[in-house]
Amino acid sequence: MEKFETFTGPVAALDRANVDTDAIIPKQFLKSIRRTGFGPYLFDEWRYLDHGEPGMDCAARPRNPDFILNLPRYRGAQILLARDNFGCGSSREHAVWALSDYGFRVVIAPSFADIFFNNCFKNGVPPITLPGAVVDRLFREVGAREGYRLTVDLRAQVLVTPEGEAIAFEIDPFRRHCLLEGLDEIGLSLRRAEEIRAYESRRRDETPWLFPERCGG
Amino acid sequence: MAGRTLYDKLWDDHVVHADADGTTLLYIDRHLVHEVTSPQAFEGLRLAGRRPWRTDSLLAVPDHNVPTTDRAGGIADAIARVQVEALDTNCAAYGITEFAMCDPRQGIVHVIGPEQGFTLPGMTIVCGDSHTSTHGAVGALALGIGTSDVEHVLATQSLVLKKSRNLLVQVEGTLGHGVTAKDLALAVIGEIGTAGATGHTIEFAGEAVRALSVEGRMTLCNMAIEAGARSGLVAVDERTIEYLRDRPLAPKGALWDRAVRAWPALHSDPDAVFDRVVHLDAGVLRPQVSWGTSPEMVVAVDGRVPDPQAEEDPVRREGMRRALRYMGLEPGTPITEIRPDKVFIGSCTNSRIEDLRAAAALVRGRRLAPGVRRALVVPGSGLVKRQAEAEGLDRVFRDAGFEWREPGCSMCLGMNPDRLEPGERCASTSNRNFEGRQGPGGRTHLVGPAMAAAAAIHGHFVDVREFD
Ligand code: SF4
Repeated sequence: MEKFETFTGPVAALDRANVDTDAIIPKQFLKSIRRTGFGPYLFDEWRYLDHGEPGMDCAARPRNPDFILNLPRYRGAQILLARDNFGCGSSREHAVWALSDYGFRVVIAPSFADIFFNNCFKNGVPPITLPGAVVDRLFREVGAREGYRLTVDLRAQVLVTPEGEAIAFEIDPFRRHCLLEGLDEIGLSLRRAEEIRAYESRRRDETPWLFPERCGG
Repeated sequence: MAGRTLYDKLWDDHVVHADADGTTLLYIDRHLVHEVTSPQAFEGLRLAGRRPWRTDSLLAVPDHNVPTTDRAGGIADAIARVQVEALDTNCAAYGITEFAMCDPRQGIVHVIGPEQGFTLPGMTIVCGDSHTSTHGAVGALALGIGTSDVEHVLATQSLVLKKSRNLLVQVEGTLGHGVTAKDLALAVIGEIGTAGATGHTIEFAGEAVRALSVEGRMTLCNMAIEAGARSGLVAVDERTIEYLRDRPLAPKGALWDRAVRAWPALHSDPDAVFDRVVHLDAGVLRPQVSWGTSPEMVVAVDGRVPDPQAEEDPVRREGMRRALRYMGLEPGTPITEIRPDKVFIGSCTNSRIEDLRAAAALVRGRRLAPGVRRALVVPGSGLVKRQAEAEGLDRVFRDAGFEWREPGCSMCLGMNPDRLEPGERCASTSNRNFEGRQGPGGRTHLVGPAMAAAAAIHGHFVDVREFD
């Protein structure tokens, strides 16, 4: 995973609560066996007026002029400002892959659904949670000014507004550490392989019925 | 020491290592794998030169992408075929047990886990799928995970997690005749909202939950994720044990006896403290129908489509307006005047044998209403299908004009050819009514199996309590 320390970029504001992962990346694109190439289909049903299928040339497709990512003012947005319960529904990590492939480096919302929230960290896209009132204010500011940019300083745990005001945010220390260092979580866990084996052998004795020779067949 | 909740016990039993800040390496006993969320995980594993830690903890099945019509000719959709073949190849490469597409035991991953006895009380079980919560119905800690974590569990047999909070949903009283686990699930979500249980594990308890069959408990836990909870749980009791006895992958002989002695401890202690408690009275519940594009947008069947103007919160009001526009509904419309174009009976929420029996009971000797273009019954597994056929349920459905299909996810998410056309309205026993979920522009009304069957016969929603 790439390191994430600090990032400054233009903000797009998606003013809907409960945006689900089916909306972020519709199911027909989940047939891909790769992690990349989802960006053109991000929010496909909202973004285009026709029906999207994998492999389509999106440059030629009719766009929904009302959808935020199609507004000229949000072109090139790299920080997504969203509402409550962002990323609810399906566990598909493709949702984060699509956001990231499109160019979003950070998502900010008052709350996230658990699995999506977790998936974000695994892909170097920090999900930043802020109180509802602060998010409301950011929505107003983003709406009022074209080209609104925020700086996300993960080390200092602050967002910096164009006026230079710092807004502190909370983030899980372990997750933050992994992002700052660009750590491979599997590699980290494997450092505890001995502990895992010790646990396993103890459990084999205590609950042998959970350790069949082979489960199926 | 204060008593522990069931979740506390399951958690404590699986801690490999815990840091001071609570970051925990949790051991994972079982891992279910399907074709959509696993290929990138296997690829990652290969690229890093790693192997699955314990292949006997794995069971794989293709379900999301498979056709539900005759499978003899394979999968027509080339991209879907590649994905299913990737699962076959990965399983073969690592010696992972797979119920391949034409295996008689194939089915929806969350139906076959408990059906096979692969899911057992007291274990941790994961799957790259949010509805993994289903398996909590037998007292297992079941977690839906993303693809990176699928790879993590493959490689390390563990997950890095922080413990969630405990939420008790206490349902006292008795569900009335014709009111099912699905109605209870929808009512809970209507009550607490789709983010109501975010950061929590829900334990469902109380008289009404104990009275549910294990299948009914699965329906309930299945939808815990729709309330924002990653896991739902029901304590182990006699019913759980009877349900699991003699399942193909359940322990046998002396091992079974030992397991059965251990399992009754899997309940919350009487003095356990929950972070939150929600009380519901089962006696007042009525059959539920969703009217909007989020599972919290539900009303009782004798209610009306709500009016956004009555909503004070501006974000919610706008959400309701958008949902009504999408659904093509006017505020104030009686639910019983809504007419579905299609009916879908299936999905990991409601495709087990008792669901099919409940639906068939309403269909028997009747015909699809003329306005209903298509009605699908998609059993949750090959074994459910066979059982239903042995009981003659397939004939009941077919004689009424329903299509009787092969098992899979089907029109729950429309990744395969089973889907809604734009603007089509569906009475569906699945779990999500999101925009486009069952097909782009499709409009989903979530209901229980009998309610879906009754809507198919009458051509509009009806209160099943008046008709069966
Ligand atoms: S039936 Fe629907 S909800 Fe269940 S696993 Fe399949 S797609 Fe997911």
